[in-house]
Amino acid sequence: MSDPALIWSYLAQGPLLWLTATLVAYLAGDAIFRAAGRSSWANPVLLAVIPLALLLWLTGTDYATYFEGAQFVHFMLGPATVALALPLYDNLPRVRRAALPMLASLLAGSGMAVLSALALARTFGIEGSVLASLAPKSTTAPVAIGIAEKLGGQPTLTASLVLLTGIFGAIVVTPLLNALRLRDWRARGFAVGVAAHGIGTARAFQVNATAGAFSGIGMGLNAVLTAIIAPLALQWLGG
Amino acid sequence: MLAIILGFQLAGEVISRSLDLPLPGPVAGLIGLVGACILRPRLADAIRPTATGLLSHLSLFFVPAGVGIVAHLDLLRTHGIGLAVAVMASTVLAIAAGALAFTAVARLTGTEEPQALKDQGRE
Repeated sequence: MSDPALIWSYLAQGPLLWLTATLVAYLAGDAIFRAAGRSSWANPVLLAVIPLALLLWLTGTDYATYFEGAQFVHFMLGPATVALALPLYDNLPRVRRAALPMLASLLAGSGMAVLSALALARTFGIEGSVLASLAPKSTTAPVAIGIAEKLGGQPTLTASLVLLTGIFGAIVVTPLLNALRLRDWRARGFAVGVAAHGIGTARAFQVNATAGAFSGIGMGLNAVLTAIIAPLALQWLGG
Repeated sequence: MLAIILGFQLAGEVISRSLDLPLPGPVAGLIGLVGACILRPRLADAIRPTATGLLSHLSLFFVPAGVGIVAHLDLLRTHGIGLAVAVMASTVLAIAAGALAFTAVARLTGTEEPQALKDQGRE
């Protein structure tokens, strides 16, 4: 029988442990989500992140070590984004027909996300690099980080704010749009894609295929528009 | 097939970086793949099993980045309340504004889709 400390030090170095932990945490989170009748508060991302964070804290593992194992899962974000081409292609005639509503929704949602976030943060005395890190928080993570860097923000803080926005958006979207009595799946999906990027899109796919397809388009278009309006908004409100 | 999807991501990455586009490589790859599917509809059938599999576990791929929040907890604590209010309120406002604008313009332009309504026929 080997010394448990030796086994631990072997496992703690390789990617196997944290890759397995990530997959198990996700399966558990997804099982809870299903058991909870796919309700939006039981967000699978949040449910998987909490036990993993606790485990890292308990074992004194730093994020860099964790990420060495988890990077294989993280890498799949790229191909999964490309795979959004399929629902978009399947819905192409409907997307063409909805071009004007999508344009209006994109301008309203994207503009509101950037301007209201900056205006509110300003009233709490947030400025400088933290404000610049906040500006692109509704965009998908790689674009948001790129925008934040250009604006003089802190990329790591931006990544966290992007994640929080996505999780919160995915949780709030269903009750919010039910309260507003908006029943068009296209509008519901597109709006959450614009405001809460990929995590919102994941939520949209969980509830309805049409919502998922439109959410993916909203996410992609918002990435482009935010890259254009975030610097202007920051100049206007950050000054 | 994953190789096709990865190929489009790679091409998207190269194009996005070489032209200094504001959109990230995977989004450029997405646009390229839609274009290719339009030109060759059989491509859509070839990637369907893989793409459907990837998208059904989209939440999983955000978990590693989500755990990254832990590495910045102190940073978030300094401006905690202000950032929480800004993130939460702006997200609610953005979703509401986006969905209302979509619905209003769909009504104005007569592009509503009765079959795309939630709880259809349940009333």
